[in-house]
Amino acid sequence: MKFSERWLRTLSDPPIGTAELCERLTMAGFEVESVEAAAPAFANVVVGRIASIEPHPNADRLRVCGVDVGRDDVLQIVCGAPNAVKDMLVPCALEGATLPGGHAITRATMRGVESQGMLCSAKELGISEDASGLMTLPANAIPGRDVRDLLTLDDALITIKLTPNRPDCLSLVGIAREVSAITRAPLAFPEYALPGVTSNATRNVRIEDLAACARFAGRVIEGIDARAPTPDWMKERIERSGIRSISAVVDVTNYVMLELGQPLHAYDDRQLEGDIVVRFAREGETLTLLNGDTLPLEPDLLLVCDSAKPLGLAGIMGGERSGIADDTTTVYLEGAFWNPAVIQGKMRRLGFTSDAGYRFERGVDFELGPRAVERATQLVIDICGGRAGPLTDTKGELPTREPVRLRSARAARVLGMSIPPAAIADVFTRLRLPFTREGDDFVVTPPSYRFDLAIEEDLIEEVARIYGYENLPATPRPHVQRMLPDPEAKRSVAALRRRLVDRGWQEVVTFSFVSSADERALDDASHPIVVLNPIAAQRDVMRTTLLPGLLETLRTNVKRRLTRARIFEVGRVFWRTHAMQPMHVGALAFGPADPEQWSSPLRPVDFFDVKGDLEALASPLAVATPASPRPWLHPGRSADVLIDGRAAGWIGELHPRLLRHFELPSAPVAFEVELSALVTVPMPQAHAVSRLPFVRRDLAVILNENIPIGHVVNVLRELRLPYVETVDVFDVYRGPELPNGRKSVAILVLMRDTERTLTDEDSERIVAELLATLHARFGATLRT
Amino acid sequence: MDDLITLVERALADFTACTDPAALENAKAKYLGKAGALTERLKGLGKLPPAERAASGAAINAAKTKLEDALSARRASIADLKLATQLSADALDVSLPGRGRGVGALHPLTRTLERIETLFRSLGFDVAEGPEIEDDFHNFTALNTPENHPARSMHDTFYVEGGNVLRTHTSPIQIRYMETHAPPIKIIAPGRVYRVDSDATHSPMFHQIEGLWIGDDVSFADLKAVMNEFLKNFFERDDVTLRFRPSFFPFTEPSAEIDMRFGDGGWLEIAGAGQVHPNVLRAVNIDPEHWQGFAFGMGPDRLTMLRYGVDDLRLFYENDLRFLEQFA
Repeated sequence: MKFSERWLRTLSDPPIGTAELCERLTMAGFEVESVEAAAPAFANVVVGRIASIEPHPNADRLRVCGVDVGRDDVLQIVCGAPNAVKDMLVPCALEGATLPGGHAITRATMRGVESQGMLCSAKELGISEDASGLMTLPANAIPGRDVRDLLTLDDALITIKLTPNRPDCLSLVGIAREVSAITRAPLAFPEYALPGVTSNATRNVRIEDLAACARFAGRVIEGIDARAPTPDWMKERIERSGIRSISAVVDVTNYVMLELGQPLHAYDDRQLEGDIVVRFAREGETLTLLNGDTLPLEPDLLLVCDSAKPLGLAGIMGGERSGIADDTTTVYLEGAFWNPAVIQGKMRRLGFTSDAGYRFERGVDFELGPRAVERATQLVIDICGGRAGPLTDTKGELPTREPVRLRSARAARVLGMSIPPAAIADVFTRLRLPFTREGDDFVVTPPSYRFDLAIEEDLIEEVARIYGYENLPATPRPHVQRMLPDPEAKRSVAALRRRLVDRGWQEVVTFSFVSSADERALDDASHPIVVLNPIAAQRDVMRTTLLPGLLETLRTNVKRRLTRARIFEVGRVFWRTHAMQPMHVGALAFGPADPEQWSSPLRPVDFFDVKGDLEALASPLAVATPASPRPWLHPGRSADVLIDGRAAGWIGELHPRLLRHFELPSAPVAFEVELSALVTVPMPQAHAVSRLPFVRRDLAVILNENIPIGHVVNVLRELRLPYVETVDVFDVYRGPELPNGRKSVAILVLMRDTERTLTDEDSERIVAELLATLHARFGATLRT
Repeated sequence: MDDLITLVERALADFTACTDPAALENAKAKYLGKAGALTERLKGLGKLPPAERAASGAAINAAKTKLEDALSARRASIADLKLATQLSADALDVSLPGRGRGVGALHPLTRTLERIETLFRSLGFDVAEGPEIEDDFHNFTALNTPENHPARSMHDTFYVEGGNVLRTHTSPIQIRYMETHAPPIKIIAPGRVYRVDSDATHSPMFHQIEGLWIGDDVSFADLKAVMNEFLKNFFERDDVTLRFRPSFFPFTEPSAEIDMRFGDGGWLEIAGAGQVHPNVLRAVNIDPEHWQGFAFGMGPDRLTMLRYGVDDLRLFYENDLRFLEQFA
């Protein structure tokens, strides 16, 4: 809501400056978004009448004017404006004047002729962009009068960011009412004489849906001159509110809307046939609006019609055909109340907005229609002449205003401070809210213009707002005595993140919506949830895995010539088949295993680098990676991830076919696991540590190439032989001296008893048992 | 006697000339070995007249001790020299950089969210979470948002197949928490939220952190106190001033917009807040006559920008690693 401060001050004029006024409005819930000056600073510019005009003796394009500025002497001013004529009233910058931008006016000689000032264009005064010629001042301007004063340029244009619950402040009267309440300055409603009824012309109004249209006030005015110019003061006020001046009748409707808050519509009465009918649209109807759009009308659109045809979209925009024209002589004025629910959402659907619709969908004072039509009638007759017919006021189901009770004690509990009943009464009085008192309770009947006062809390807010939020206390409570539980067997996401960070991984945060093309490239069978209104075509589905975001991050960074990356993300993924939206941890490594450095040769990151970090992340939980192909992974380098035996995700190298799609020079290695699989860890349980030395035996066996060593080691561990503490692989060898398709695996076995030192026999027996198992299960032979 | 002195001097000179243990042992044999010069002297004592024997024997023994001492000293110094040579050969150029494994960092938004959680936990707020694809009831209806509210339109809210939305705020977490927990309730709920908006100050995905404290008498004054405490501690500055001004949200009443400034700087919008609307409490079967409290919602993205001097929100989601590495 944008308005002129001067206009506001004609209604309520607190003894404070613009800045303070804006501050007080902001602190009362009417956030002032901007304050602009009506015109930039300039001084010593007065009304000048061109008393004489002569050619310049030495220049064809200049003329010499005698200018009357209300003094005894006439100023001689050289002027080059093409539109300068005798008796024209123009702004005249006197000697010593300063124009916008600090430009100082001095006596000067122009081509040999002295010039004692300067005649100005609107652009030179910063009032408009018009530099085509001298600015024309109103015909009644008196020479010598200060131009700022004449044009009321010492004005501020204030824009308020209005919250949707306060449509009553979409008018000057509404804002003045608040200013009066906030500052205690008196409130003066606009005064005018009610127009007399001097004509019998009228139209019947028939409302088909009394809930949709609760009130329809109307009037015919005959014999107007639609060509009459809008008075300057009115033009100035509506233009300073951001509405373009169009014609006197339309300007009047806009003026009354700005002044009182009631949108009005004026019809050219000659285009109306029979009665005014308010009804919903019928199948197949169309309407051409004032903005030139022709709409097919859907049946939930409410219309104002005559007996034959639709005239306009109720509360939103009138039709082109019944609009006011230059030769209109009879107007029909409408001031209605439309149920906000009928208007809401319609403009958004139709793709345009109007000032009227904006107000009606938020709520307009349902008692205001007839008064606003009277006010507009008076202004139309003042400006355009004419004879007013009788005012009709057809009512439907008007909203009601139920009394709302405020208990002082409740207010104190909610606000954390007791506000004395007298202070509460003072707030309601200032806000002009009618109330009665019952002890310390207040019963308030909200006025018809307030749509936001329905429950006790609404009144508590009003009390707090006018009393001042800044005057409410902010007292810290004594500290809580109860601690929050901190289960040690649950690891926080923060702790898990830090494990990765500490191992050199960089966290990223990528969008949850990704490209369906990327999803499909990774997995043909992917069937992600579609975003119906994506922000961009390449963000059209919800991610089913963190991988597309990580790959996109890698792609953009590789384009910036990054050669090595370790990135991870913790976030939700979304599956069509699951209501759950699980949190995942995804990680992606690209480029050399270590940063390039003097001390170690560059080696590309591989599966085992990444698996090692996954093991560290999961520790103390065990990670197993049985081979398992995934569509997006290299089939020979991909695995399921089991955490403590439970399927939790996957790990592997990106499938080489995807390198081109993601514009990568080499394949990254990635994993993704469900966060929940990592969270619960066993509480540590201490055991006695043996003081006895361990016995180590190394077994070198030859295995078929296709036997997974991890599985072999697991089988040996699962035997759980007595004394065996550790079974691990410490070397894998393939070479020409081995039979084709075979590999040599070196396994270390550590054995120990807590009671005694193991004998050679003990260890031989264990090794024999292990070898027997290896042979039986895997056909392993001892390497000799 | 002069002879013995000369002998000792010669021996000492020989020892000193030795630079390795083998030469030294040879030199030792030359004087102290079985046929060594000094040993020969000792053997020759018997040939001396008895009157000279005692004195001569004492002198020879003294010379022997002297030589043995010199010998051990020389052995030690040869060993020291050897070690020193070895150590010097072993020396590293310690100015070379360490063997780098690379360093990682948390995303700046995570830093902020973790910080916020820690600070609020210290005030007794637990952390709650909820789904990001949310149903209409939890995102709008339960939060007292009217059926025709513009926020529900596809201009503002992302819709997915099946009629659900990407949550537009973290407030539905309040609702879900209150559905499953009886008051008193004291939580914060951080997370990703989504709105149809994209420019230098808006990202279609961003973060919010919701706070909710419901108790017997949790008031607007508590809201003011908690927000004051939080922002001072978050920014670790005493010159933080807050201003609460009336505003409107469907799910709070009274509602406030919270602005903040450092010193005499300009006001920055930092959070929306207010006393939980009775309709919201009723929607989750909490009696608003008995229980009351406040809720707030803030933008951790904005707090992160202010704290670390980031001027464009989009940097958080572009994931330029050169930008992110600054937060290591």
